[in-house]
Amino acid sequence: MSAPATYRQPVSRLWWLKKRTYFLFVMRELSSIFVAWFAVFLMIMVVAIGRGEASYQSFLSWAASPVVVVVNVVALAFVVLHTVTWFALTPQAMVVRGPGGRWVPRIKEVRVAGRLVPAATVVRVGGRVPAGIVIASQYVGLVVVSAFIAWLVLR
Amino acid sequence: MTKRHIEPLLWLLFSGGGVVAAVFLPILVVLFGLAIPLGWVQPDYDQLHAVVGHWLTRLVLLGLLVLMLFHWAHRFRYTLYDGLQLRRLDAPIAVLCYGGALVGSLAALLIVLTV
Repeated sequence: MSAPATYRQPVSRLWWLKKRTYFLFVMRELSSIFVAWFAVFLMIMVVAIGRGEASYQSFLSWAASPVVVVVNVVALAFVVLHTVTWFALTPQAMVVRGPGGRWVPRIKEVRVAGRLVPAATVVRVGGRVPAGIVIASQYVGLVVVSAFIAWLVLR
Repeated sequence: MTKRHIEPLLWLLFSGGGVVAAVFLPILVVLFGLAIPLGWVQPDYDQLHAVVGHWLTRLVLLGLLVLMLFHWAHRFRYTLYDGLQLRRLDAPIAVLCYGGALVGSLAALLIVLTV
């Protein structure tokens, strides 16, 4: 008798409605749709600006129409969700080291011509920047970039 | 087999797009998506035209647009796989997503070159 190795329990297409964390995960994934939407929106805007003031004004009245405004309000909510979750995950995705670390000698095994031989090396230990600082510094970056763009456009 | 080789590159584009979207999009959506169309603030057209026409703005804009589009492509591809359990449609979904991002990137290139 063969083992049922290929059996996979069927999962409902609505699995993501069953738990709050699943739901948030799917919302985070869906934020990409609004990232793409706003890329397209920006392209339409840049074309309109390039074509002259009349064209820019008709872009503005299109952008002020209820449907587009609602889409952009929803887009803002998804973009904020993206920013918050992306910043929160950064410390897990990469190790940021500050000046506190030190190098210590280690013996590692390396493969030379198919054989494992010991070799001396140095590895970095300690000095890891705490996750809270990594996250906070990203928000500082966000504020600086936002302030610069607002200044550039509105000055 | 070729797909295996470009997978790290696609992930890098996704990741870069995630960073720029997280940092640049909140202010851009607030400013250009809501505040300006709804008349909360009214920037001078000539000023806007000058900013958009500057070569550095165009270069940054192109980078943002390309990264954001590939961020969408990669994430949306996996949203369809996992969220809607469409694993059987692997190839057509990948072609649609990355193809869409590529077409959008070419459009973005054309726009920043001619604006």
